[in-house]
Amino acid sequence: MTRKPRILVVDDEAPMRESLNDWLKEDGYEVGLAANGQEGVEMAQKDEWEVILLDLKMPGMDGLETLKGIKEVSPDSEIIMMTAYATIDTAVQAMREGAFDYLVKPFDPDEIEIQIKKIISHKEVVLENLLLRKKLEERTQYDEIIGKSACMQEIFKLIDRVASTDSTVLITGESGTGKELIAQAIHGNSQRAYMPFIAVSCGALPDTLLESELFGYEKGAFSGAEHTKRGRFEMADGGTLFLDEIGDISLKTQVDLLRVLQQKEFNRLGGEIPIQVDVRILAATNRNLETAISEKRFRKDLYYRLNVISIHVPPLRERKEDIPLLAKAALHKSCMELNRETIPISPSAMKRLMDYDWPGNVRELENIMERALVIGRGDEITPEDLPFPSKSDQETSYPRSLKSMEKAHITRILDQMNWNISQAARELEIDRQTLYNKIEKYGIERG
Amino acid sequence: MESKEGNVPPVPCITLCRIGPVDPAIIDHLSNCITFTCGLNCNVCDQIDPPLYAFDENRRQYDSKKILKHLIGRRHPSLKFLAITQLDLFVPILKYVFGLAQVQGQCAIISTCRLRPEYYGRAPDPALFLERGEKTALHELGHSLGLTHCRDRRCIMHSATTIQDTDMKRPRFCPTCRELFRWQLAQCVPEAGEPGP
Repeated sequence: MTRKPRILVVDDEAPMRESLNDWLKEDGYEVGLAANGQEGVEMAQKDEWEVILLDLKMPGMDGLETLKGIKEVSPDSEIIMMTAYATIDTAVQAMREGAFDYLVKPFDPDEIEIQIKKIISHKEVVLENLLLRKKLEERTQYDEIIGKSACMQEIFKLIDRVASTDSTVLITGESGTGKELIAQAIHGNSQRAYMPFIAVSCGALPDTLLESELFGYEKGAFSGAEHTKRGRFEMADGGTLFLDEIGDISLKTQVDLLRVLQQKEFNRLGGEIPIQVDVRILAATNRNLETAISEKRFRKDLYYRLNVISIHVPPLRERKEDIPLLAKAALHKSCMELNRETIPISPSAMKRLMDYDWPGNVRELENIMERALVIGRGDEITPEDLPFPSKSDQETSYPRSLKSMEKAHITRILDQMNWNISQAARELEIDRQTLYNKIEKYGIERG
Repeated sequence: MESKEGNVPPVPCITLCRIGPVDPAIIDHLSNCITFTCGLNCNVCDQIDPPLYAFDENRRQYDSKKILKHLIGRRHPSLKFLAITQLDLFVPILKYVFGLAQVQGQCAIISTCRLRPEYYGRAPDPALFLERGEKTALHELGHSLGLTHCRDRRCIMHSATTIQDTDMKRPRFCPTCRELFRWQLAQCVPEAGEPGP
């Protein structure tokens, strides 16, 4: 508190009022004077006073009544009662009613100074606590997840609540929204934090390979199984297993998975001895599992096992207020990786980032910021460094023909997915072979 | 002492006035150090009788505010009027004061009663007594020029609520208060000599 506190003196005796006024003014305080309780309450209501020196014994509205009146109209003011020896009991009662402290008249000159300093430091602590609390409540980052939007704040709170439990969590959201970061945050803030976090991208593996990845195999279980291999479930023992793209697994693997979830044990492929593990399961998908259930592509019982707690990560276009924070963080990260000094994003470039709909979400934003840093030559990111036109340009620059449109769309999705063919095929809802065919047909090349 | 005319501009000097008997050594010392600090002449006027109107029977002390009001009521031809007394002073809300000044006014008063080491059961120390007097007088003169308390514990304008506070200070202003003191003084007396540190 750099400003000197404003002090109101409420005392019916003019010499007391005046001598306090002189004393406090010498110290540079702004002082107000009230000659009775009623006037004191009115002044407390009208102006803000950090400290109120209130005489206990006054005719008419006495100190205790005045104290209550002031606390009603100005609860943040700290009140020091002033009393003679004979009324110390009442002063103690006043403290029970909310007075900060009391002074016995006449004071030692340093007493009042000490009291005021106590109040200032008390108020500073209260203010600091408030600011810290506010900062905590409005944190813009949870581990690696960034977001100040209301929906992200809710997700942060949810992570806090679920991290300490062992419940299975289903994280849903479009590709690139950061579902794995949420899983890592849950693990990192759980009691399992010092045990392994094992992630499996279920959609990236063919069915048989996924099974051997998850459960491991015994030597000789199939041709090529030259030695025994532990699966991801065993690797994650004591920690967390993150099953990404859970909506893409086959019905057979769903049955195996359900068994592990229910019985907490499994067999390696070709193995006869059940293996027990203590693993917390976190799963994620960009698919609508309820639709998949109605289409008989996903087991309802597995869904209920996984969906004990659900966290939905909204797409970036629904939380545009997070774009500046995310863009700056992504740029900073890229600068660090490229060993370059962090450069700013120009206001016009930021506007273009805000206007864009980000179908590839945070992942796309990170890729675009890295690209802008690499191809840009200036000492700031400008609109020219961004690969997409402004919203107004976008509306007029769409290709006219269906073929051109398809080529542009596939190219964009491939770029967004960093040319991960499996992910791009899933996003386009076609199989990998069809995607390869289209890449060849349109002569699409990695930029 | 009293001016017969209403709006005569004050003479650029500082008047020291004894209230009751006061050790001449402190008057000489204050006169010298104020002249040195302010660059103005110091006059020592006739002694005033102890102010019985300000005596409080219960407290066995003198009400400094009443004395100050009395001094303000008289018109003085000098720029500042500093009263010095060995009577013990108080203001109604406080147990004692070392001095009192009219902020940005003409009059101030200091008491030497609690400046003597003997008051605290210590052996007499004339040099310490004079230094305490100098600090207290310059502090009150600072108030009379409009200066408020300073946060620097070693500055003359730091609030002294105990004698330890007074002893902690150095007998000079901090750079900021010195500038303010000079500036305020120059507003009152543009032709004042160059004040000391």
